[in-house]
Amino acid sequence: MSSHYEAPIRKPLVTGDKSYHDVTEDIASAVEGKANNLWWIVFGISLSAFLWGVGCIIYTISTGIGVWGLNKTVGWAWDITNFVWWVGIGHAGTLISAVLLLFRQKWRMAINRSAEAMTIFSVIQAGLFPLIHMGRPWLAYWTLPIPNTFGSLWVNFNSPLLWDVFAISTYLSVSLVFWWTGLLPDFAMIRDRAVRPFQKKIYTLLSFGWSGRAKDWQRFEEVSLVLAGLATPLVLSVHTIVSFDFATSVIPGWHTTIFPPYFVAGAVFSGFAMVNTLLIIMRKVSNLEDYITIQHIELMNIVIMITGSIVGVAYITELFIAWYSGVEYEQYAFLNRATGPYWWAYWSMMTCNVFSPQFMWFKKLRTSIMFSFVISIVVNIGMWFERFVIIVTSLHRDYLPSSWTMFSPTFVDIGIFIGTLGFFFVLFLLYARTFPVIAQAEVKTILKSSGENYKKLRDNNE
Amino acid sequence: MNSQVIHALYDDDDVLLKAVDRIRAQKYHIEEVYTPFPVHGLDKALGLEGTKIAITSFMYGCLGFIVSILMMNYIMIEDWPQNIGGKPSFSYIENMPAFVPIMFELTVFFAAHLMVITFYMRSKLWPFKKPENPNPLTTDDKFLMEITIGKNEKELIKLVKSTGAIEVTKIEKNE
Repeated sequence: MSSHYEAPIRKPLVTGDKSYHDVTEDIASAVEGKANNLWWIVFGISLSAFLWGVGCIIYTISTGIGVWGLNKTVGWAWDITNFVWWVGIGHAGTLISAVLLLFRQKWRMAINRSAEAMTIFSVIQAGLFPLIHMGRPWLAYWTLPIPNTFGSLWVNFNSPLLWDVFAISTYLSVSLVFWWTGLLPDFAMIRDRAVRPFQKKIYTLLSFGWSGRAKDWQRFEEVSLVLAGLATPLVLSVHTIVSFDFATSVIPGWHTTIFPPYFVAGAVFSGFAMVNTLLIIMRKVSNLEDYITIQHIELMNIVIMITGSIVGVAYITELFIAWYSGVEYEQYAFLNRATGPYWWAYWSMMTCNVFSPQFMWFKKLRTSIMFSFVISIVVNIGMWFERFVIIVTSLHRDYLPSSWTMFSPTFVDIGIFIGTLGFFFVLFLLYARTFPVIAQAEVKTILKSSGENYKKLRDNNE
Repeated sequence: MNSQVIHALYDDDDVLLKAVDRIRAQKYHIEEVYTPFPVHGLDKALGLEGTKIAITSFMYGCLGFIVSILMMNYIMIEDWPQNIGGKPSFSYIENMPAFVPIMFELTVFFAAHLMVITFYMRSKLWPFKKPENPNPLTTDDKFLMEITIGKNEKELIKLVKSTGAIEVTKIEKNE
């Protein structure tokens, strides 16, 4: 037992009197049991939203993106807002699985699987928007480095939009591989318990024949560590490159060097909020309160508080630099954001992102499940507004006052956004019923050091 | 060739680690150990060499880095140089700042994917591969040790039982 020592001051990460077998049972039961009515209701709503979105996408592609509310001044609006919002949400998954692994944070083990699932599902939603915005998505392969049909003209490697193609596809594929490699031992656990032949067949296929040899585990741990080391700079690069889409342009309000760190902090901020939203529901529905404890929620709230404050500093820095630069276009852009016709979007952003996370300084509030849930939704709304404010308010007042205008979304803009929300929840709900939602093999490695019963046993022996 | 092995089942990782040490000290050969989760220190106790998979990842990363440079140099500088935004593409090094993001992305892409493919190939993991753990409980909460039977079978069984194994079975293995 001495090798499993952990300081008594640390609170247990697994509560209840759990043995290795109990961990197996608890995590397999969500997959082996039947879905309850609540699951079917939420799934039904999500599926209808998804189908509505599919309809709007078909309408867009068959008619053209003129069906959106875009005009010649505001040529980018909800599509890019939604793209950046979804990519940002994805960042928390990689942060939890990679960065917290490098820092040896054991509390990540209960939440990394679902956070990574969230990453993959939200990057899929994000990828849809540039694809639809192309107008002719069947020509999407033109973004690959192949000479086009007119001869030997290539893609432009100077363009941040092309960097985005490479960044997002690397990010999605590496996250997927990281996630799947971690899933192999857990699929194997479900496979070896499966009673029905069909279920056994499926999980044998999914587990790639994982057997758990000593050598396999040695390689598995090394691969996880190296992937974490690669994913950490990768996740920082992805939102950096997304911010380059704006920062390399000459539009006032976009052309700022603060964008990369500011976007990355915002991405982590919104992503953790979404993890909180999903896990607060999942721990209840799938009976995982012993694994995803109040302590986990509290720690995530602290991350939300810190990144929210970083975002707040970035907002204020932007204002200061606009004034200090002496460039009147910059100054006008920020004055217009706060006091112009889109003031309500700016102040929603400020309230949701800078003001609301400050409540997390109070222990009572950050350990309250209901309050955490409300704040996580508020933060998600705020981060959507942040992207809307950056994109639309900078565009709607351009250098020619005669073309100043406003943007209003059509039902198609709204429908596609709601559709991606539906698609995201459809994927997540299916995942929650068929995948081991907690990395049970990893949780078993910390059971003796951080399990409540083992900690008690150790305290009594001393 | 037929060979005879003993399958010893354990129900605790600490007991298993001590058993590995004792059995190896008696000069018996442990063929394989199947565990439900990574037991830290087991590879050292079994005398397994360290894995070199991180080094392969580094080499794959270097490959990706070189591929990205060759690709962009050919496309942007040699094959079809263009003057984009007043920045003519006459030399790679002068235009390099714009190429850094993709140099980085391809380095990561190659390092991550080729390493994982190497891992899957070396550990024989792929779709439709049949699992090879002899006891399905080894993905739940049991640990299985496979030991080659030497000259003295009875002594080995006695030793294995004394290390805390909950079940000892003799298996004929066809290879």
